[in-house]
Amino acid sequence: MITLQNIHKYYEVGANKLHVLKGLDMTIEEGELVSIMGSSGSGKSTLLNILGILDDYDTGTYTLNHTPMKNLSQTKAAYYRNQFLGFVFQSFNLLSFKNAMENVALPLYYQKVPRKERNKIALEYLDRVGLKEWAEHSPNEMSGGQKQRVAIARALISKPKVILADEPTGALDTKTSEEVMEIFKEVNHEGITVIIVTHENEVANQTQRVIRLKDGNIINY
Amino acid sequence: MFDLDKWQEIFGTIRQNKLRTFLTAFGVFWGIFMLILLLGAGRGMQNGVGQEFAGEAMNSIWIWEGKTNMPYQGLKAGREIHFANQDLALITNDLGDKMNMLAPRNRVWGEYTINYKTKNGSYQVLGSVGEFFKLNGEKFIKGRMLNQNDADEKRKVMVIGEKVRKTLFGDGEGIGEYVKVKGVFFKVVGIFTTNQNNGRNEERAYIPFSTLQMVFNQPNKVQVMVLNGIDGIPAIEIENSVRKVLANNHKFDTEDRQAIGINNNEENYKRFMGLFNGIAMFVWVVGIGTLIAGVVGVSNIMLIIVKERTKEIGVRKALGATPWSIVSLILQESIFITAFSGYLGLLASIGLLDSLRYLIEVTGAELPYFTRPEVDTYVAISATLILVLAGALAGLIPALKAANIKPIEALRAD
Repeated sequence: MITLQNIHKYYEVGANKLHVLKGLDMTIEEGELVSIMGSSGSGKSTLLNILGILDDYDTGTYTLNHTPMKNLSQTKAAYYRNQFLGFVFQSFNLLSFKNAMENVALPLYYQKVPRKERNKIALEYLDRVGLKEWAEHSPNEMSGGQKQRVAIARALISKPKVILADEPTGALDTKTSEEVMEIFKEVNHEGITVIIVTHENEVANQTQRVIRLKDGNIINY
Repeated sequence: MFDLDKWQEIFGTIRQNKLRTFLTAFGVFWGIFMLILLLGAGRGMQNGVGQEFAGEAMNSIWIWEGKTNMPYQGLKAGREIHFANQDLALITNDLGDKMNMLAPRNRVWGEYTINYKTKNGSYQVLGSVGEFFKLNGEKFIKGRMLNQNDADEKRKVMVIGEKVRKTLFGDGEGIGEYVKVKGVFFKVVGIFTTNQNNGRNEERAYIPFSTLQMVFNQPNKVQVMVLNGIDGIPAIEIENSVRKVLANNHKFDTEDRQAIGINNNEENYKRFMGLFNGIAMFVWVVGIGTLIAGVVGVSNIMLIIVKERTKEIGVRKALGATPWSIVSLILQESIFITAFSGYLGLLASIGLLDSLRYLIEVTGAELPYFTRPEVDTYVAISATLILVLAGALAGLIPALKAANIKPIEALRAD
């Protein structure tokens, strides 16, 4: 599903070049549940950005679903993100002026699905995460766990190949963290590849494989 | 294409920031409001001046007697010039085909009133011919103007202004009644109106020129002459010919500007129009300046909006929003705010101008050089176009900025 070959990434900091990713090689198969761990500064966020086509890399090759991801136009990148990827963020990133259903339906808006239809689909996905009766509520009326479940429903609605989650439990307490992880596992059972970036061992232990990063290198693969 | 979803997005953000949107919109509202108001007021002044010229032949030339200021052919300066019937003939001869109309006009001298039964009014009585009214623009609402027969037979008839009629006859029609001036009876045959001189020219009465010369003892005397050329002949050309003829006849220097007085309406009108074009241009410059200030305000606010929504835009992009969908969202919001508030400003200013005009008309207020402030469709349409354009321009920079937001921004936790 995902193949990285010798990925290098530099950031320019003033006159200096910061070498963030120092030649990563890795493969993630379809249907895997993988976690990426590493201390801050290890390059895990950068890696996630590259995996999510949110940032470009300098050298190497990245293939997602048999399609090379290099030098994409913004429009093309937006298309692949919409087709292949679902994002879950630590801070949920729901739009506060839209209710839960509209938030979930947003990716379908960018697929030009008619309003009625996408709201119907959004309700189905909300039902899946157990929040159907919260459809008309706005995000700020919800708890953190509920918000993250809405965010997961939003990530799933476009039927992505890969779910990318950046510290999805970072802002949640233990109990809700478990609930969220259960949802991820369910999703994974349905065959969707799930990649979770985390620094919590309890989260990492629930995944099938842990990729550890240190100083821009993969140390445990 | 009407995209309901996009509009809902826009109204969503507007609802989020009511005060900010209002303040921004007010900038544009004020800009267009002032622009239209200024333009309307400018037009009001133009109309006011236009009214002064109303009806009067635009190319008419007025000539009156003066006193020489320069010695000429051995004659000393300070000589009074007096016109006579001969001058009329000389001018007519000289101009030939080029002349359209020529009318003399004299005033009855001395102390007198116009009397009707027990009523009387102290109004000027002048003597002239029918052409005079065509040149000067009096409109006859009852009866007739003076004609050739009146002149030929030296009839004792009189046409009076509407205000004179009101004073003498009240509700009566006046036509066919006899009025007395200096012991001589005149039959009223016509009533005219005019708004010249703010309507004070209605406080006049005219009798045939030949009658005046005979009855009031001004034999072969001409005080004032009014004439115009046929269409297409510049008034200045007529003016120069007439000056030459009179200078030749009365022996004064053509350079002597005080020997006779000449008022050339066409030249005056041109000068006024030049002035008003200048004013109109000035108003546009000021108005557009105000508008630009409003538009810069919108642009500024949209920049802040983009800044505030960085995260949201990043999320949208992560979820598959194309750069164009972001640009069009911001642009549409900007155009909507400017167009809507600008349109309100347009309506408000036109409403104010219309009610002002209504008040002026209803109260009959006579403001010097100011009537009927108005805005024509052309101005309204161009203002609307400018607005939409301005809205697009105001949104463009912020929109491009928004399109360049890296989706990574959205991933960063607060």
